[in-house]
Amino acid sequence: MSESTIVPDSSPRAVAERSGLHVPESLIDAATAVSINRVSKSFGNDLNPDGSLRAPVLKEISLDVRQGEFVCLLGASGCGKSTLLNLIAGLDSPTQGTIETPGGRTALMFQESALFPWLTAGDNIKLALRLADVPKAEWNDEIERLLELVHLGGQGSKRIHELSGGMRQRVALARALAQRSKILLMDEPFAALDAITRDVLHEELSRIWQEQDLTIIFVTHNVREAVRLGQRVMLMSSRPGTFVRQWDVDVTGERRIEAPEIAALASEITTDLRREIRRHAK
Amino acid sequence: MLAIVVLLVIWWVAYWLKLQPPHLLPSPLDVWGTFTKLLTNGAVWEAVTKSLQRAFLGFAISVVLGTLLGLALAQFTLFRRAFGPLITGLQILPSIAWVPAAILWFSISTEAMLFVVILGATPSIANGLASGIAQMPSIYPRVGKMLGATGFDAIRFVILPAALPGYIAGLRQGWAFAWRSLMAAELIAYAPALGIGLGQVLQQGRELVDMPMVMTAIILILFVGILVELCIFAPLERYVLKQRGLAGAKR
Repeated sequence: MSESTIVPDSSPRAVAERSGLHVPESLIDAATAVSINRVSKSFGNDLNPDGSLRAPVLKEISLDVRQGEFVCLLGASGCGKSTLLNLIAGLDSPTQGTIETPGGRTALMFQESALFPWLTAGDNIKLALRLADVPKAEWNDEIERLLELVHLGGQGSKRIHELSGGMRQRVALARALAQRSKILLMDEPFAALDAITRDVLHEELSRIWQEQDLTIIFVTHNVREAVRLGQRVMLMSSRPGTFVRQWDVDVTGERRIEAPEIAALASEITTDLRREIRRHAK
Repeated sequence: MLAIVVLLVIWWVAYWLKLQPPHLLPSPLDVWGTFTKLLTNGAVWEAVTKSLQRAFLGFAISVVLGTLLGLALAQFTLFRRAFGPLITGLQILPSIAWVPAAILWFSISTEAMLFVVILGATPSIANGLASGIAQMPSIYPRVGKMLGATGFDAIRFVILPAALPGYIAGLRQGWAFAWRSLMAAELIAYAPALGIGLGQVLQQGRELVDMPMVMTAIILILFVGILVELCIFAPLERYVLKQRGLAGAKR
Protein backbone atom coordinates (compact mmCIF):
# COMPACT_ATOMS: atom_id res chain seq x y z
CA MET A 1 0.00 0.00 0.00
CA SER A 2 1.52 3.28 -0.99
CA GLU A 3 2.16 6.03 1.51
CA SER A 4 -0.41 8.81 1.52
CA THR A 5 0.29 11.16 -1.31
CA ILE A 6 -1.03 14.60 -2.06
CA VAL A 7 -2.46 14.64 -5.53
CA PRO A 8 -1.36 17.78 -7.35
CA ASP A 9 -2.71 16.83 -10.75
CA SER A 10 -5.71 14.59 -10.65
CA SER A 11 -6.66 14.69 -14.30
CA PRO A 12 -7.60 11.16 -15.28
CA ARG A 13 -4.62 10.80 -17.59
CA ALA A 14 -2.11 12.01 -15.01
CA VAL A 15 -3.61 9.79 -12.38
CA ALA A 16 -3.59 6.83 -14.69
CA GLU A 17 0.03 7.35 -15.62
CA ARG A 18 1.18 7.94 -12.08
CA SER A 19 -0.71 5.13 -10.45
CA GLY A 20 -0.36 2.61 -13.20
CA LEU A 21 -3.96 1.70 -12.48
CA HIS A 22 -6.14 0.54 -15.27
CA VAL A 23 -8.37 3.40 -16.32
CA PRO A 24 -10.50 2.82 -19.40
CA GLU A 25 -9.44 4.97 -22.34
CA SER A 26 -13.04 6.11 -22.78
CA LEU A 27 -12.99 7.68 -19.35
CA ILE A 28 -9.68 9.41 -19.96
CA ASP A 29 -11.07 10.98 -23.07
CA ALA A 30 -14.32 12.02 -21.47
CA ALA A 31 -14.70 15.76 -21.30
CA THR A 32 -14.04 17.50 -18.02
CA ALA A 33 -17.17 18.48 -16.12
CA VAL A 34 -15.56 20.18 -13.13
CA SER A 35 -12.02 21.46 -12.94
CA ILE A 36 -10.64 22.59 -9.60
CA ASN A 37 -7.25 24.20 -9.82
CA ARG A 38 -5.10 24.81 -6.71
CA VAL A 39 -8.00 26.12 -4.69
CA SER A 40 -7.46 27.41 -1.16
CA LYS A 41 -10.08 28.82 1.10
CA SER A 42 -9.82 30.62 4.37
CA PHE A 43 -12.53 32.43 6.25
CA GLY A 44 -11.22 35.73 7.42
CA ASN A 45 -8.25 37.01 5.49
CA ASP A 46 -5.24 36.29 7.65
CA LEU A 47 -2.07 36.19 5.62
CA ASN A 48 1.34 35.03 6.72
CA PRO A 49 4.23 37.44 6.02
CA ASP A 50 5.09 35.46 2.89
CA GLY A 51 1.60 36.01 1.52
CA SER A 52 0.32 32.49 2.10
CA LEU A 53 -2.94 31.92 3.92
CA ARG A 54 -2.97 31.44 7.65
CA ALA A 55 -5.03 28.48 8.86
CA PRO A 56 -6.83 27.78 5.59
CA VAL A 57 -9.82 25.45 5.57
CA LEU A 58 -8.78 24.14 2.17
CA LYS A 59 -5.26 24.19 0.85
CA GLU A 60 -4.29 23.93 -2.79
CA ILE A 61 -6.95 21.48 -3.79
CA SER A 62 -6.90 20.25 -7.36
CA LEU A 63 -9.43 17.89 -8.86
CA ASP A 64 -10.73 17.14 -12.31
CA VAL A 65 -14.03 15.39 -12.61
CA ARG A 66 -14.96 13.81 -15.92
CA GLN A 67 -18.38 14.07 -17.40
CA GLY A 68 -20.53 11.22 -16.20
CA GLU A 69 -18.22 10.39 -13.33
CA PHE A 70 -19.34 9.65 -9.78
CA VAL A 71 -16.76 10.99 -7.31
CA CYS A 72 -17.05 10.67 -3.56
CA LEU A 73 -15.24 13.11 -1.30
CA LEU A 74 -14.59 11.31 1.96
CA GLY A 75 -13.34 12.84 5.18
CA ALA A 76 -13.98 13.38 8.86
CA SER A 77 -16.33 16.13 10.01
CA GLY A 78 -14.82 19.56 9.68
CA CYS A 79 -12.29 18.64 7.01
CA GLY A 80 -13.72 21.16 4.59
CA LYS A 81 -15.59 18.84 2.24
CA SER A 82 -18.79 20.85 2.48
CA THR A 83 -16.81 24.04 2.00
CA LEU A 84 -15.35 22.61 -1.18
CA LEU A 85 -18.80 21.65 -2.41
CA ASN A 86 -20.11 25.16 -1.72
CA LEU A 87 -17.24 26.56 -3.72
CA ILE A 88 -18.03 24.29 -6.65
CA ALA A 89 -21.68 25.27 -6.38
CA GLY A 90 -20.70 28.92 -6.52
CA LEU A 91 -22.31 29.71 -3.16
CA ASP A 92 -18.94 30.97 -1.99
CA SER A 93 -15.77 31.90 -3.82
CA PRO A 94 -12.27 30.50 -3.30
CA THR A 95 -9.63 32.66 -1.63
CA GLN A 96 -7.04 31.41 -4.11
CA GLY A 97 -7.19 29.24 -7.20
CA THR A 98 -9.93 28.71 -9.75
CA ILE A 99 -12.91 26.45 -10.25
CA GLU A 100 -14.35 25.88 -13.68
CA THR A 101 -17.42 23.88 -14.60
CA PRO A 102 -17.25 23.23 -18.34
CA GLY A 103 -20.02 20.70 -17.74
CA GLY A 104 -22.48 23.55 -17.19
CA ARG A 105 -24.51 24.67 -14.20
CA THR A 106 -24.39 22.74 -10.97
CA ALA A 107 -27.21 21.68 -8.68
CA LEU A 108 -26.57 21.20 -4.98
CA MET A 109 -28.48 18.92 -2.65
CA PHE A 110 -28.11 19.58 1.06
CA GLN A 111 -27.90 17.23 4.02
CA GLU A 112 -30.76 18.60 6.04
CA SER A 113 -34.14 18.86 4.54
CA ALA A 114 -33.75 22.06 2.61
CA LEU A 115 -37.18 21.90 1.06
CA PHE A 116 -39.33 24.98 1.51
CA PRO A 117 -41.98 24.09 4.11
CA TRP A 118 -44.45 26.66 2.79
CA LEU A 119 -44.72 24.79 -0.51
CA THR A 120 -46.00 21.31 -1.29
CA ALA A 121 -43.58 18.69 -2.61
CA GLY A 122 -44.73 19.39 -6.16
CA ASP A 123 -44.50 23.15 -5.73
CA ASN A 124 -40.93 22.86 -4.46
CA ILE A 125 -40.09 21.16 -7.74
CA LYS A 126 -42.16 23.69 -9.67
CA LEU A 127 -40.18 26.56 -8.17
CA ALA A 128 -36.94 24.96 -9.35
CA LEU A 129 -38.38 24.54 -12.86
CA ARG A 130 -39.61 28.11 -12.90
CA LEU A 131 -36.28 29.52 -11.76
CA ALA A 132 -34.52 27.33 -14.34
CA ASP A 133 -36.65 29.06 -17.02
CA VAL A 134 -38.47 25.91 -18.04
CA PRO A 135 -41.56 26.89 -20.08
CA LYS A 136 -44.71 26.96 -17.99
CA ALA A 137 -46.53 24.51 -20.24
CA GLU A 138 -44.05 21.78 -19.30
CA TRP A 139 -44.19 22.23 -15.53
CA ASN A 140 -46.94 19.77 -14.64
CA ASP A 141 -45.66 16.93 -16.82
CA GLU A 142 -42.13 17.56 -15.64
CA ILE A 143 -43.12 17.52 -11.95
CA GLU A 144 -44.89 14.21 -12.41
CA ARG A 145 -41.96 12.76 -14.38
CA LEU A 146 -39.46 13.78 -11.69
CA LEU A 147 -41.66 12.47 -8.89
CA GLU A 148 -41.99 9.16 -10.77
CA LEU A 149 -38.23 9.08 -11.17
CA VAL A 150 -37.73 9.21 -7.39
CA HIS A 151 -40.68 6.82 -6.89
CA LEU A 152 -43.01 9.41 -5.42
CA GLY A 153 -45.51 9.47 -8.28
CA GLY A 154 -48.79 11.15 -7.35
CA GLN A 155 -47.47 12.54 -4.06
CA GLY A 156 -46.89 16.06 -5.33
CA SER A 157 -49.66 17.61 -3.25
CA LYS A 158 -48.16 16.42 0.05
CA ARG A 159 -46.90 19.00 2.50
CA ILE A 160 -43.25 18.70 3.47
CA HIS A 161 -44.05 17.99 7.13
CA GLU A 162 -46.23 15.11 6.05
CA LEU A 163 -43.29 13.31 4.42
CA SER A 164 -40.78 10.98 6.09
CA GLY A 165 -37.07 11.83 6.09
CA GLY A 166 -36.41 9.49 3.20
CA MET A 167 -39.28 10.90 1.15
CA ARG A 168 -38.08 14.43 1.79
CA GLN A 169 -34.66 13.61 0.42
CA ARG A 170 -36.30 12.03 -2.62
CA VAL A 171 -38.19 15.27 -3.21
CA ALA A 172 -34.96 17.21 -2.68
CA LEU A 173 -33.30 14.99 -5.29
CA ALA A 174 -36.18 15.57 -7.69
CA ARG A 175 -35.89 19.31 -7.10
CA ALA A 176 -32.15 19.22 -7.77
CA LEU A 177 -32.81 17.30 -11.01
CA ALA A 178 -35.44 19.88 -11.96
CA GLN A 179 -32.69 22.43 -12.27
CA ARG A 180 -31.68 20.66 -15.46
CA SER A 181 -28.01 20.69 -14.71
CA LYS A 182 -25.93 17.68 -15.49
CA ILE A 183 -23.63 18.16 -12.51
CA LEU A 184 -25.14 17.17 -9.20
CA LEU A 185 -23.34 18.09 -5.97
CA MET A 186 -24.53 16.21 -2.91
CA ASP A 187 -23.63 17.22 0.62
CA GLU A 188 -24.18 14.16 2.84
CA PRO A 189 -27.74 13.93 1.56
CA PHE A 190 -28.52 10.64 3.29
CA ALA A 191 -26.62 11.16 6.56
CA ALA A 192 -29.73 11.73 8.64
CA LEU A 193 -31.57 8.66 7.33
CA ASP A 194 -31.84 5.20 8.86
CA ALA A 195 -29.67 2.46 7.34
CA ILE A 196 -32.40 0.70 5.39
CA THR A 197 -33.81 3.87 3.84
CA ARG A 198 -30.29 4.94 2.99
CA ASP A 199 -29.60 1.63 1.29
CA VAL A 200 -32.70 1.97 -0.86
CA LEU A 201 -31.78 5.51 -1.81
CA HIS A 202 -28.25 4.41 -2.72
CA GLU A 203 -29.70 2.01 -5.23
CA GLU A 204 -31.97 4.63 -6.66
CA LEU A 205 -29.28 7.25 -6.85
CA SER A 206 -27.06 4.80 -8.77
CA ARG A 207 -29.90 4.07 -11.16
CA ILE A 208 -30.73 7.75 -11.68
CA TRP A 209 -27.05 8.60 -12.15
CA GLN A 210 -26.84 6.12 -15.02
CA GLU A 211 -30.24 6.86 -16.54
CA GLN A 212 -29.83 10.62 -16.47
CA ASP A 213 -26.18 10.63 -17.50
CA LEU A 214 -25.19 12.79 -14.53
CA THR A 215 -21.86 13.83 -13.11
CA ILE A 216 -22.03 13.49 -9.34
CA ILE A 217 -19.74 14.80 -6.63
CA PHE A 218 -20.91 13.24 -3.40
CA VAL A 219 -19.61 14.33 0.00
CA THR A 220 -19.77 11.85 2.87
CA HIS A 221 -18.01 10.77 6.05
CA ASN A 222 -19.29 7.24 5.60
CA VAL A 223 -16.72 4.92 3.99
CA ARG A 224 -19.23 2.25 3.05
CA GLU A 225 -21.41 4.84 1.38
CA ALA A 226 -18.46 6.21 -0.57
CA VAL A 227 -17.42 2.76 -1.77
CA ARG A 228 -20.97 1.74 -2.49
CA LEU A 229 -21.60 4.72 -4.75
CA GLY A 230 -18.40 6.21 -6.12
CA GLN A 231 -16.27 5.31 -9.09
CA ARG A 232 -13.54 7.29 -7.44
CA VAL A 233 -13.12 7.98 -3.73
CA MET A 234 -11.03 10.96 -2.66
CA LEU A 235 -9.87 10.92 0.95
CA MET A 236 -9.50 14.34 2.53
CA SER A 237 -7.43 15.28 5.55
CA SER A 238 -8.37 18.08 7.93
CA ARG A 239 -6.79 21.42 8.80
CA PRO A 240 -5.97 22.24 6.12
CA GLY A 241 -8.27 20.21 3.90
CA THR A 242 -6.35 18.48 1.13
CA PHE A 243 -6.63 15.22 -0.74
CA VAL A 244 -4.36 12.59 0.73
CA ARG A 245 -5.28 9.55 -1.33
CA GLN A 246 -7.64 8.35 -3.94
CA TRP A 247 -9.05 5.01 -4.93
CA ASP A 248 -10.74 3.91 -8.10
CA VAL A 249 -13.57 1.60 -7.31
CA ASP A 250 -13.16 -0.66 -10.29
CA VAL A 251 -16.14 -2.86 -9.73
CA THR A 252 -18.67 -3.61 -12.38
CA GLY A 253 -22.07 -5.09 -11.81
CA GLU A 254 -23.67 -5.57 -8.45
CA ARG A 255 -22.16 -3.23 -5.92
CA ARG A 256 -23.71 -4.48 -2.75
CA ILE A 257 -21.84 -3.58 0.37
CA GLU A 258 -21.57 -7.32 1.12
CA ALA A 259 -19.49 -8.03 -2.00
CA PRO A 260 -16.00 -9.16 -0.91
CA GLU A 261 -13.99 -6.71 -3.00
CA ILE A 262 -16.16 -3.83 -1.82
CA ALA A 263 -15.75 -4.91 1.78
CA ALA A 264 -11.98 -5.23 1.37
CA LEU A 265 -11.69 -1.78 -0.18
CA ALA A 266 -13.93 -0.31 2.52
CA SER A 267 -11.75 -1.68 5.27
CA GLU A 268 -8.60 -0.41 3.54
CA ILE A 269 -10.08 3.09 3.24
CA THR A 270 -11.34 2.97 6.81
CA THR A 271 -7.79 2.28 8.03
CA ASP A 272 -6.57 5.37 6.21
CA LEU A 273 -9.44 7.50 7.41
CA ARG A 274 -8.78 6.44 10.99
CA ARG A 275 -5.14 7.35 10.62
CA GLU A 276 -6.15 10.79 9.36
CA ILE A 277 -8.52 11.33 12.23
CA ARG A 278 -5.92 10.19 14.79
CA ARG A 279 -3.30 12.43 13.27
CA HIS A 280 -5.53 15.46 13.84
CA ALA A 281 -6.73 14.42 17.26
CA LYS A 282 -3.22 14.91 18.65
CA MET B 1 -67.32 34.70 28.47
CA LEU B 2 -67.06 34.48 32.25
CA ALA B 3 -64.89 37.60 32.23
CA ILE B 4 -67.67 39.54 30.50
CA VAL B 5 -70.23 38.40 33.10
CA VAL B 6 -67.91 39.40 35.96
CA LEU B 7 -67.34 42.79 34.33
CA LEU B 8 -71.09 43.33 33.93
CA VAL B 9 -71.67 42.43 37.57
CA ILE B 10 -69.01 44.91 38.74
CA TRP B 11 -70.57 47.55 36.51
CA TRP B 12 -74.00 46.86 37.96
CA VAL B 13 -72.73 47.00 41.54
CA ALA B 14 -70.97 50.31 40.84
CA TYR B 15 -74.18 51.68 39.34
CA TRP B 16 -76.23 50.40 42.28
CA LEU B 17 -73.81 51.96 44.83
CA LYS B 18 -74.15 55.28 42.94
CA LEU B 19 -70.39 55.81 42.71
CA GLN B 20 -71.18 58.36 40.02
CA PRO B 21 -74.45 60.13 39.25
CA PRO B 22 -76.61 58.00 36.94
CA HIS B 23 -76.11 60.26 33.92
CA LEU B 24 -72.35 59.68 34.20
CA LEU B 25 -72.53 55.99 35.11
CA PRO B 26 -75.63 54.57 33.44
CA SER B 27 -76.79 51.06 34.13
CA PRO B 28 -75.82 48.33 31.66
CA LEU B 29 -79.47 48.16 30.70
CA ASP B 30 -79.55 51.86 29.70
CA VAL B 31 -76.42 51.36 27.61
CA TRP B 32 -77.92 48.26 26.01
CA GLY B 33 -80.99 50.34 25.13
CA THR B 34 -78.89 53.04 23.50
CA PHE B 35 -76.71 50.40 21.88
CA THR B 36 -79.60 48.63 20.18
CA LYS B 37 -81.20 51.96 19.29
CA LEU B 38 -78.01 53.22 17.69
CA LEU B 39 -77.42 49.96 15.87
CA THR B 40 -80.83 50.10 14.22
CA ASN B 41 -80.09 53.69 13.27
CA GLY B 42 -77.96 53.83 10.14
CA ALA B 43 -75.69 56.59 11.48
CA VAL B 44 -73.63 54.23 13.59
CA TRP B 45 -73.02 51.87 10.69
CA GLU B 46 -71.90 54.84 8.67
CA ALA B 47 -69.43 55.69 11.43
CA VAL B 48 -68.16 52.09 11.55
CA THR B 49 -67.77 52.01 7.76
CA LYS B 50 -66.04 55.40 7.73
CA SER B 51 -63.56 54.39 10.43
CA LEU B 52 -62.87 51.03 8.81
CA GLN B 53 -62.25 52.73 5.46
CA ARG B 54 -59.73 55.08 7.04
CA ALA B 55 -58.11 52.31 9.04
CA PHE B 56 -57.81 49.98 6.03
CA LEU B 57 -56.43 52.72 3.80
CA GLY B 58 -53.88 53.77 6.42
CA PHE B 59 -53.06 50.14 7.14
CA ALA B 60 -52.59 49.35 3.44
CA ILE B 61 -50.14 52.24 3.05
CA SER B 62 -48.39 51.06 6.23
CA VAL B 63 -48.08 47.55 4.82
CA VAL B 64 -46.31 48.86 1.72
CA LEU B 65 -44.02 51.19 3.70
CA GLY B 66 -43.44 48.69 6.51
CA THR B 67 -42.59 45.90 4.05
CA LEU B 68 -40.05 48.04 2.20
CA LEU B 69 -38.60 49.26 5.48
CA GLY B 70 -38.49 45.74 6.94
CA LEU B 71 -36.69 44.38 3.87
CA ALA B 72 -34.20 47.24 4.03
CA LEU B 73 -33.64 46.61 7.75
CA ALA B 74 -32.98 42.94 7.10
CA GLN B 75 -30.81 43.32 4.00
CA PHE B 76 -28.60 46.30 4.78
CA THR B 77 -26.54 46.11 7.95
CA LEU B 78 -25.65 49.78 7.85
CA PHE B 79 -29.30 50.80 7.48
CA ARG B 80 -30.23 48.49 10.35
CA ARG B 81 -27.56 49.94 12.62
CA ALA B 82 -28.60 53.49 11.80
CA PHE B 83 -32.38 53.19 11.77
CA GLY B 84 -33.20 50.00 13.67
CA PRO B 85 -33.25 51.60 17.13
CA LEU B 86 -35.16 54.60 15.78
CA ILE B 87 -37.89 52.41 14.29
CA THR B 88 -38.17 50.40 17.50
CA GLY B 89 -38.37 53.71 19.36
CA LEU B 90 -41.21 54.86 17.12
CA GLN B 91 -43.01 51.66 17.99
CA ILE B 92 -42.89 52.63 21.66
CA LEU B 93 -43.96 56.24 21.10
CA PRO B 94 -47.76 56.46 21.49
CA SER B 95 -48.96 57.59 18.09
CA ILE B 96 -51.41 60.01 19.72
CA ALA B 97 -48.32 62.14 20.32
CA TRP B 98 -48.29 62.73 16.57
CA VAL B 99 -51.85 64.10 16.46
CA PRO B 100 -50.98 67.73 17.26
CA ALA B 101 -48.13 67.68 14.76
CA ALA B 102 -50.34 66.06 12.13
CA ILE B 103 -53.01 68.73 12.64
CA LEU B 104 -50.46 71.51 12.34
CA TRP B 105 -49.00 70.00 9.16
CA PHE B 106 -52.14 68.75 7.45
CA SER B 107 -54.81 70.77 9.34
CA ILE B 108 -57.86 68.82 10.42
CA SER B 109 -58.12 66.50 7.44
CA THR B 110 -58.22 62.88 6.40
CA GLU B 111 -54.51 63.17 5.59
CA ALA B 112 -53.77 64.08 9.21
CA MET B 113 -55.62 61.00 10.44
CA LEU B 114 -53.89 58.74 7.91
CA PHE B 115 -50.52 60.21 8.88
CA VAL B 116 -51.08 59.22 12.50
CA VAL B 117 -52.28 55.74 11.51
CA ILE B 118 -49.27 55.18 9.26
CA LEU B 119 -46.81 56.30 11.92
CA GLY B 120 -48.55 54.00 14.37
CA ALA B 121 -48.62 50.87 12.23
CA THR B 122 -45.53 51.02 10.01
CA PRO B 123 -42.84 50.39 12.68
CA SER B 124 -44.57 47.22 13.91
CA ILE B 125 -44.88 45.83 10.41
CA ALA B 126 -41.27 46.68 9.57
CA ASN B 127 -39.95 45.15 12.76
CA GLY B 128 -42.12 42.05 12.40
CA LEU B 129 -40.83 41.42 8.90
CA ALA B 130 -37.21 42.16 9.84
CA SER B 131 -37.32 39.76 12.78
CA GLY B 132 -39.08 37.16 10.63
CA ILE B 133 -36.19 37.38 8.17
CA ALA B 134 -33.60 37.31 10.95
CA GLN B 135 -35.13 34.12 12.35
CA MET B 136 -35.28 32.36 9.00
CA PRO B 137 -33.01 29.28 8.88
CA SER B 138 -29.86 30.32 7.00
CA ILE B 139 -30.21 27.40 4.63
CA TYR B 140 -33.22 28.92 2.83
CA PRO B 141 -31.41 31.81 1.18
CA ARG B 142 -28.62 29.42 0.18
CA VAL B 143 -31.13 27.05 -1.38
CA GLY B 144 -32.73 30.00 -3.12
CA LYS B 145 -29.40 31.08 -4.53
CA MET B 146 -28.71 27.50 -5.61
CA LEU B 147 -32.02 27.35 -7.46
CA GLY B 148 -31.17 30.58 -9.21
CA ALA B 149 -33.35 33.01 -7.26
CA THR B 150 -31.58 36.34 -7.19
CA GLY B 151 -32.70 39.88 -6.46
CA PHE B 152 -36.47 40.29 -6.65
CA ASP B 153 -37.01 36.56 -7.23
CA ALA B 154 -35.17 35.79 -3.98
CA ILE B 155 -37.41 38.19 -2.07
CA ARG B 156 -40.58 36.95 -3.69
CA PHE B 157 -39.99 33.20 -3.66
CA VAL B 158 -37.74 32.71 -0.65
CA ILE B 159 -37.34 35.58 1.81
CA LEU B 160 -40.95 36.78 2.11
CA PRO B 161 -42.49 33.30 2.35
CA ALA B 162 -39.81 32.15 4.79
CA ALA B 163 -40.39 35.20 6.99
CA LEU B 164 -44.18 34.94 6.76
CA PRO B 165 -44.88 33.87 10.37
CA GLY B 166 -42.96 36.87 11.75
CA TYR B 167 -44.41 39.11 9.08
CA ILE B 168 -47.97 38.14 9.98
CA ALA B 169 -47.26 38.73 13.67
CA GLY B 170 -46.05 42.20 12.65
CA LEU B 171 -49.15 42.82 10.52
CA ARG B 172 -51.36 41.77 13.38
CA GLN B 173 -49.67 44.14 15.78
CA GLY B 174 -49.63 46.79 13.07
CA TRP B 175 -53.39 46.47 12.71
CA ALA B 176 -53.90 46.93 16.46
CA PHE B 177 -51.72 50.05 16.36
CA ALA B 178 -53.47 51.36 13.25
CA TRP B 179 -56.89 51.00 14.85
CA ARG B 180 -55.79 52.60 18.13
CA SER B 181 -54.05 55.45 16.36
CA LEU B 182 -57.09 56.11 14.21
CA MET B 183 -59.37 56.35 17.24
CA ALA B 184 -56.98 58.80 18.90
CA ALA B 185 -56.83 60.85 15.71
CA GLU B 186 -60.59 60.80 15.16
CA LEU B 187 -61.19 61.89 18.71
CA ILE B 188 -59.10 65.01 18.24
CA ALA B 189 -59.37 65.74 14.52
CA TYR B 190 -63.08 66.30 14.74
CA ALA B 191 -64.73 68.01 11.79
CA PRO B 192 -68.19 66.91 10.67
CA ALA B 193 -67.35 67.74 7.05
CA LEU B 194 -64.81 64.92 7.01
CA GLY B 195 -67.43 62.35 7.87
CA ILE B 196 -68.14 60.88 11.27
CA GLY B 197 -66.05 57.94 12.42
CA LEU B 198 -66.34 55.95 15.63
CA GLY B 199 -63.86 58.22 17.41
CA GLN B 200 -66.02 61.17 16.50
CA VAL B 201 -69.12 59.41 17.82
CA LEU B 202 -67.20 59.08 21.07
CA GLN B 203 -66.37 62.78 21.01
CA GLN B 204 -70.02 63.68 20.27
CA GLY B 205 -71.08 61.61 23.24
CA ARG B 206 -68.68 63.51 25.45
CA GLU B 207 -69.92 66.88 24.23
CA LEU B 208 -73.55 65.91 24.74
CA VAL B 209 -72.71 64.31 28.10
CA ASP B 210 -74.47 61.26 26.70
CA MET B 211 -72.80 58.48 28.63
CA PRO B 212 -74.72 55.59 27.02
CA MET B 213 -73.52 56.90 23.64
CA VAL B 214 -69.91 57.05 24.89
CA MET B 215 -70.16 53.51 26.22
CA THR B 216 -71.72 52.31 22.97
CA ALA B 217 -68.89 53.88 20.99
CA ILE B 218 -66.28 52.24 23.23
CA ILE B 219 -67.93 48.86 22.83
CA LEU B 220 -68.12 49.26 19.07
CA ILE B 221 -64.47 50.32 18.82
CA LEU B 222 -63.45 47.25 20.79
CA PHE B 223 -65.81 45.02 18.87
CA VAL B 224 -64.68 46.14 15.41
CA GLY B 225 -60.99 45.83 16.36
CA ILE B 226 -61.49 42.32 17.69
CA LEU B 227 -63.65 41.32 14.73
CA VAL B 228 -60.94 42.26 12.22
CA GLU B 229 -58.39 40.38 14.29
CA LEU B 230 -60.61 37.29 14.53
CA CYS B 231 -61.81 37.30 10.94
CA ILE B 232 -58.57 38.17 9.16
CA PHE B 233 -55.38 37.80 11.16
CA ALA B 234 -56.12 34.82 13.37
CA PRO B 235 -57.21 32.55 10.48
CA LEU B 236 -54.31 33.78 8.35
CA GLU B 237 -51.79 32.95 11.05
CA ARG B 238 -53.41 29.58 11.71
CA TYR B 239 -53.31 28.73 8.03
CA VAL B 240 -49.66 29.67 7.65
CA LEU B 241 -48.56 27.71 10.70
CA LYS B 242 -50.63 24.70 9.77
CA GLN B 243 -49.28 24.71 6.24
CA ARG B 244 -45.78 24.41 7.68
CA GLY B 245 -46.74 21.80 10.25
CA LEU B 246 -45.89 24.22 13.05
CA ALA B 247 -49.15 24.17 14.98
CA GLY B 248 -51.96 21.86 15.87
CA ALA B 249 -55.15 22.52 13.94
CA LYS B 250 -56.79 24.07 16.98
CA ARG B 251 -55.55 26.10 19.87
